Amino acid sequence: MKILIIAEHNNQILKTSTLNAYTAAQQISDEIDILVIGNACQNSIEQAAKIAGIKKVLVAESAVYEHQLAENLAPLIADVGKSYDYIIAPDTTFGKNILPRVAALLDVAMIADVIKIIEPTIFVRPIYAGNALTTVQSNDAIKILTIRTTAFSAATFTENTVAPIIKIEKVYENNLSTFINEEIHVSTRPELSAAKIVISGGRGLKSAENFKLLEALADKLGAAIGASRAAVDAGFAANDCQVGQTGKVVAPELYIAIGISGAIQHLAGMKDSKTIVAINNDPDAPIFQIADYGLVADLFTSLTELQTELDK
Amino acid sequence: MKILVAVKRVIDFKTNIRVKADQTGVETASVKMSMNPFDEIAVEEAIRLKEKKSASEIIVVSIGATTCQETIRTALAMGADRGILIQTDEAVQPLAIAKILQEIVKRENPQLVILGKQAIDSDNNQAGQMLAGLLNWPQGTFISKIEVSDHSATVTREVDGGLETLELKLPAVVTTDLRLNEPRFISLPNIVQAKRKQIDVIPVQELGIDVQPRLTILKVTAPEKRTAGIKVNSVAELVDKLRNEARVLS
Repeated sequence: MKILIIAEHNNQILKTSTLNAYTAAQQISDEIDILVIGNACQNSIEQAAKIAGIKKVLVAESAVYEHQLAENLAPLIADVGKSYDYIIAPDTTFGKNILPRVAALLDVAMIADVIKIIEPTIFVRPIYAGNALTTVQSNDAIKILTIRTTAFSAATFTENTVAPIIKIEKVYENNLSTFINEEIHVSTRPELSAAKIVISGGRGLKSAENFKLLEALADKLGAAIGASRAAVDAGFAANDCQVGQTGKVVAPELYIAIGISGAIQHLAGMKDSKTIVAINNDPDAPIFQIADYGLVADLFTSLTELQTELDK
Repeated sequence: MKILVAVKRVIDFKTNIRVKADQTGVETASVKMSMNPFDEIAVEEAIRLKEKKSASEIIVVSIGATTCQETIRTALAMGADRGILIQTDEAVQPLAIAKILQEIVKRENPQLVILGKQAIDSDNNQAGQMLAGLLNWPQGTFISKIEVSDHSATVTREVDGGLETLELKLPAVVTTDLRLNEPRFISLPNIVQAKRKQIDVIPVQELGIDVQPRLTILKVTAPEKRTAGIKVNSVAELVDKLRNEARVLS
């Protein structure tokens, strides 16, 4: 069975999400090629060629792919992908944007947000924000999947072998959409969905200024910063750090929820974390029902104490 | 400019769902149903575009059982102009939804189709992208802002790292994210008025589209429940537990 992985990258580096998708693919077959689409993305291509076990790197490099828009990426992926049995991408905004369009062009179903591969045709995915799991079987000739990155570990690179690189000459133009600009938040902290430790703040922090108190702690622990939807809606934190059903799904080794009550929609985004800590002054906050360690206390005092205690 | 908005009837977002004992699905009998929240945002945005004179007519389409007329009626009470129900008692999967919507687009000729980015029941996040692909129209997914001019729409998309702004040639398909708007409350006079608005009911068979499910649902189960751990009494105790018991801190 032949698998095509769609690389998620920013023309400079291959995103970890690609390596999670690759691990999932390995549970189906070893015949895995990767397709890198972009512009002036030599580094991404070189990294892709070093993924341990990858067979071939297919490269579509052109100025028309600079911003990786769905309108021309989808027909390109559909054309390349039709000689494969599987097309797989991470379930990120990148994968979610493009793969359904590819599925429509190939007239096959798509299976989104796969968290478990039971057999090569049988997959488990969450529904109702993770409050139920559905096991589905695909009978389509080409199976198109997006992979929940937190459900599969990241594959590793190897220096020993480098996969052959094959250029795709045909260029797919896009006369439907144009990139205008982007505001990408640059942070020195680890990426939220890949971080080993996540510190999230909620409405309990009371202001955007107070929310910044989490930064020192995050830096001390090498953690990423997350936020509840309530904190984002109140303007304390940027939207791209929202953890939850409608934000990012995270599953770090340690998740520290500070001033977060634990609405269902937030829990959906973090309940698979290995260890959950909750600090909240409300003893009845629902977050305590899933926390491994709960501390009922004033969170501002606790934050200061945490700083000192961690220095010991 | 006509706008087509697709709405889905789902279990109300405030309801705790229950998986059926026979693992065939989720209990929907005597459970409160509502319009999918992302679709409500889609209807609201269409109405705002009409209020800004960017749109002339808003058509709301739903696919499902007769009861979906209630959902359409809600959209009409918010301010949409007329409704279409594609009637079927079977569950319809995203590819088939997209094919049905493609047929409605052919009949109605909208310049803009607005959908929720995903339904909160099946969480697929596919129908809009699939529809755009079938029509070969541009797509603006997970949008938090839209501005429409004569021949194009400028959309801001919520992507993993931040925001991305694109210009889409019309006609186009867009899908809504949460921050696009806050849907209005429906006033009583509008509910009464909505009762007089037209809803066309078309049995799905009349469209001549293959809507057979491509995926077989083998079972639906409840996830493993996480249980509450312990309460600690101080930050010092917490840090000690994290270091020596959970071993997640050095």
